[in-house]
Amino acid sequence: MDHITFLVAVVIVTALAFDFTNGFHDTANAMATSIATGALKPRTAVLIAGVLNIVGAFLSTEVAKTISGGIVDDTLVTPGMIFAGLVGAILWNLLTWLVGLPSSSSHALFGGLIGAVWVGAGAEGVHFTKVVEKVLIPALASPLVAGIAALIATYLAYRLTARARTDSVTKGFRAGQIASASLVSLAHGTNDAQKTMGIITLTLISAGALGHDAGPPVWVIASAGLAIGLGTYLGGWRIIRTMGKGLTEIQSPQGFAAETASTAVILTSAHLGFALSTTQVASGSILGAGLGRQLAEVRWGVAGRMVMAWLITLPAAALVGGVSAGAVRYGGNFGTVVVALVAVAVTAGIVLAARRNPVGAHNVNDTHEVSIKPTAPTTVGTAA
Amino acid sequence: MKLDWTALGQVAAVSLGATVAVVVVFAFGVLGLARVEGARENDGGTHTLGFAQAGLCFLACAAVVAYGIHLIVPQFH
Repeated sequence: MDHITFLVAVVIVTALAFDFTNGFHDTANAMATSIATGALKPRTAVLIAGVLNIVGAFLSTEVAKTISGGIVDDTLVTPGMIFAGLVGAILWNLLTWLVGLPSSSSHALFGGLIGAVWVGAGAEGVHFTKVVEKVLIPALASPLVAGIAALIATYLAYRLTARARTDSVTKGFRAGQIASASLVSLAHGTNDAQKTMGIITLTLISAGALGHDAGPPVWVIASAGLAIGLGTYLGGWRIIRTMGKGLTEIQSPQGFAAETASTAVILTSAHLGFALSTTQVASGSILGAGLGRQLAEVRWGVAGRMVMAWLITLPAAALVGGVSAGAVRYGGNFGTVVVALVAVAVTAGIVLAARRNPVGAHNVNDTHEVSIKPTAPTTVGTAA
Repeated sequence: MKLDWTALGQVAAVSLGATVAVVVVFAFGVLGLARVEGARENDGGTHTLGFAQAGLCFLACAAVVAYGIHLIVPQFH
């Protein structure tokens, strides 16, 4: 293993760290509505999601052949740039988790890479038309389609079951939610664990540790699957609360409709080769489901903040990625160590800030707000 | 840059159709179950029609789930 330089080792560790944040940032996509409606207990939900993520990682054999799907010039990408891009993505994922905003992990990764390549290799290394085609258009279209589908489906579900016994209806749709949420988790595992595997594999190839066109070694598949699965099991409870409670109050027919819409959009677009953000699809579905039920309150303030987060995810991660790439480019190994240490310090700071007002399996459904300020413990919390 | 509007339209149409179809069929299944439970409480009897309705609808949904898994797992292609 004498091909594994210090930098390559750092890239691998950072890629796995990103995979981990990807997991806990995106648990909400599959499980938020099931947890909110009580279809699954919070701990059970994250366990199912975690296991299915690992299963998905092992199932998928078509590991990403490019790091970025063509949005940056992959021939110009060095391990240092990948490291810088990953740092940008990780820090943005953590920051949005702290404030409980569901933003796209894929966009954070793309953004980090764009920033790193821009600084490391110049603006010509970034394919801006590809950015519009692969990131911007799906980001606009997919939540809209998912939202409309969930809206119509929710409306029809309530119309059809209006005169039936409420408890039977609630129970039936809760059972259905378990299946629909599991499908989202499985699809997520095959897509997102793959990205990390692709990054590690391509880094190893560029370092000469693997031959060209080599597939990922088993340890890469296993560690990437485990990292995303563990992250998912840890659960990004702050984001789960926003998606399950913050956007709108979800009932089980809405949850089922939303998850079905998410699954349908994710699977059809993957089949036709569109890259999209699971997070944005799931958020769109939940908003649609909120609008489809009469008298359901949609908190447009929360939705607005979420959309703002979507808009600044890519540029913000690009900024961090760019700064890191500058440090790596001009500072060499020393610069890399400095960037890594700063990233660890910021991570510790964010985790400590989250501790002040922790959200976990025990209180995820108690309220709909995620706050950083410590609050006095309340006794009114009712678990749904 | 060229946008594949046909593919985009396809995704939209298929997603919309599949979602509405699955949720409507599932709602009919839930209705069947509700009928069975209602009948059991009222006269202690079973409601064969409701039972058949629920079974058929849930079976159709299970088939869609199986197709979804088929799409996700590359080994099946």
